[in-house]
Amino acid sequence: MNAIASISGKDRTDDPIVRFSGVRKSYDGETLVVRDLNLDIVRGEFLTLLGPSGSGKTTSLMMLAGFEAPTEGTISIGGKDVTALPPYRRGIGVVFQNYALFPHMTIGQNVGYPLRVRGAAQADIDKRVVEALEMVELGAFADRRPAQLSGGQQQRAALARALVFRPELVLLDEPLGALDKQLREQMQYELKRLHEELKVTMVYVTHDQTEALTMSDRIAVFNDGGIQQLARPSDLYENPQNAFVAEFVGENNRLTGIVTGGSENGVYVDVGGGVSVHARPVGSFAPGDRTVLSLRPERIAVGKDGQWENDFTIEIDKVVYLGDVNRLLLRFAGGSEFAVRVANQGGGPVFQRGDSVRVAWRQSDCLAFPAE
Amino acid sequence: MSTTTTLADTGQVPRRLRTLVRRAERQHFSRMLALMAPSVVFVALFFVVPIALFLFRSVDNAEIPKYMPRTVAEIGQWHADDLPPEPVFRALAEDLIALKGQPEAAVLGRRLNYAVPGFRGLVTRTVRRLPAAVPHSAIDTLADIDARWLDPTYWATLKQQSGRMTDFYLLSAMDLQRGTDGAITRVDETQAIFLSLYGRTLYTSVGVTVICLLIGYPVAAVMATAGPAAANWLLMLVLVPFWTSLLVRTTAWVVLLQTEGLVNKVLIYLGVISEPLSLMFNTAGVFIAMVHVLLPYMILPLYSVMKGVSPVHLRAASSLGAPPITVFRTVYLPLTIPGIAAGCTLVFVLAVGFYVTPALVGGPGDQMIGYFIAYFTNSAVNWGLASALGAFLIVVIAAIYLVLGKVVGFDKLKVR
Repeated sequence: MNAIASISGKDRTDDPIVRFSGVRKSYDGETLVVRDLNLDIVRGEFLTLLGPSGSGKTTSLMMLAGFEAPTEGTISIGGKDVTALPPYRRGIGVVFQNYALFPHMTIGQNVGYPLRVRGAAQADIDKRVVEALEMVELGAFADRRPAQLSGGQQQRAALARALVFRPELVLLDEPLGALDKQLREQMQYELKRLHEELKVTMVYVTHDQTEALTMSDRIAVFNDGGIQQLARPSDLYENPQNAFVAEFVGENNRLTGIVTGGSENGVYVDVGGGVSVHARPVGSFAPGDRTVLSLRPERIAVGKDGQWENDFTIEIDKVVYLGDVNRLLLRFAGGSEFAVRVANQGGGPVFQRGDSVRVAWRQSDCLAFPAE
Repeated sequence: MSTTTTLADTGQVPRRLRTLVRRAERQHFSRMLALMAPSVVFVALFFVVPIALFLFRSVDNAEIPKYMPRTVAEIGQWHADDLPPEPVFRALAEDLIALKGQPEAAVLGRRLNYAVPGFRGLVTRTVRRLPAAVPHSAIDTLADIDARWLDPTYWATLKQQSGRMTDFYLLSAMDLQRGTDGAITRVDETQAIFLSLYGRTLYTSVGVTVICLLIGYPVAAVMATAGPAAANWLLMLVLVPFWTSLLVRTTAWVVLLQTEGLVNKVLIYLGVISEPLSLMFNTAGVFIAMVHVLLPYMILPLYSVMKGVSPVHLRAASSLGAPPITVFRTVYLPLTIPGIAAGCTLVFVLAVGFYVTPALVGGPGDQMIGYFIAYFTNSAVNWGLASALGAFLIVVIAAIYLVLGKVVGFDKLKVR
């Protein structure tokens, strides 16, 4: 785990298990699905490729697995160029979104498949299949058919099948997408446990930012065919490098405005209606530049006397009751709307539409990005 | 769960519920029945009933009891040891006198001729020569007309064929005969044709099915993996033969395959061969034309099954370390077996009944069972034998279907 502790947000590391170098992919010869991907995957890490659909994350994974060929660039595994190597010679375990268990085989035969095609001895296969199934708590299901298992069980079987031949690298393509919420959380925990036990490198593709934040050592946020930011989950959340990352990861208020002044440590932004917000700039700004502000709802204090840089009294536009929290929608006079989360602690103040509340936040919690 | 408990507790409610559900199901059922009624009536009236009636002809023995009622009644007393006694001769004479000048005499003669060649001549000759009244000694009179009446073979045959039902046609269809002593024996090798005919029919059908599978499987696989536009084009090309009548297509093959035909001319022009190949009026011609006609029936079921094979399964197998041939053998082939089974069943069943194509492009030694059924129906007017041949064909196909069903599963034989 020490190797992972030292992982930074940098693109390049020494002795990566996987290295993408200048990889580009186009299907139609006109638009690039993946544009200039440079990425090192560290041995033993849990790396998540996070992004909306069509952002290139799945295509990148498929190129790594060998199902798609890069239009340009090279991919190497363990220092060896595998760009032209067919999937069956890469030795990578792949878990698919819809399980992809072979319907004409039992669970045991499915899990034994990678060993069988490698010509392992039957006794060895039997032993390792039992081990693998027990590892995912499916020991009693070896003789069932995939159709007789629930979605969660099928995915665990698929996981056992991808791990049974002890690959160094396991790719997971939205493996929990088809499961319901509760099962998904349970599987997240299980995946994490397996990752730590087996010390394999896992590359995980998802569009679910919560999943990415809870499971990953590092997250690569994809958009528009490229990596927007590669960082540890907390860095990604606290210090997003651009407006897309700030918005895609975690709940976020997006306010647009024009920079009126300030320095590289803090800028003043007019968000309309004469309201001036004090924000932390990411990048450099000149007065008159358009900017996008990012403000996390939970970083806004409500009804407190703070000595914080931003302090306003605003009318409540809407109250949304979520159980554990109340979500207040507030609107500046200029029209910009933003949300605040207030923990429902019981006995606290009751908010109603039309009430005026005092809200405050630190300048450092409000990031100003250049508008695209 | 709580709802179920309440229902079970009260006892009265579930019964009412069950009645309501049953009523709804009954309504649904009768509506379906009403919708299907026209087709059911049509199929029953014009398909099931005629086939059943025709199949009955394979055991039907109407002629002899009908035209020889007296003989049939008397001959039962005789034990087929020596010549039958005078009353049997007399009964026969009376029966034949009644047929004098009637066309039925020929019908009876033809029927008896199936059993013993020459019986027809004997019957017509006797009918013609018999006096109008029954003479004092029927034995002498008949013996005078034709000495063959003193041969017990003819009488034994008459006795054997005197029942309302007969196994004569069924036995004939299997190259078997019942001797005068009642024992079933194989017919003389020179006269045995049907067993080898079944053999040839099965051989041709299996051969055509296998060739269709070998040619059709890759085509279907390409169609299933092609993009939608290309797949539509391919599908249309596969379907084009369906839009032309079978007769036209077969005749086209005659034009193409004959010694001076297009295929030979092109091959000679290209220098592939120096002498024209004989592609017609032989087995090769039958195979070429039948494969062409039946190929779509193989490709379409295969295609529809292959469409359902998820490419993710193939990717999964590949990622798990299986080279392409192993992926095909262990994943693609097993997943397409339903299509193979359905396509093969369809092609085989259609091939077994083929008639026009072998008749037009095959030689005399390539005719299949369908040709003989048609021959016995139209030319020889031996409907009993035609029906018996048809009955065995049905039995053979049913047996093959059952065996296939047991091996690969009945649900997989469905044509989607």
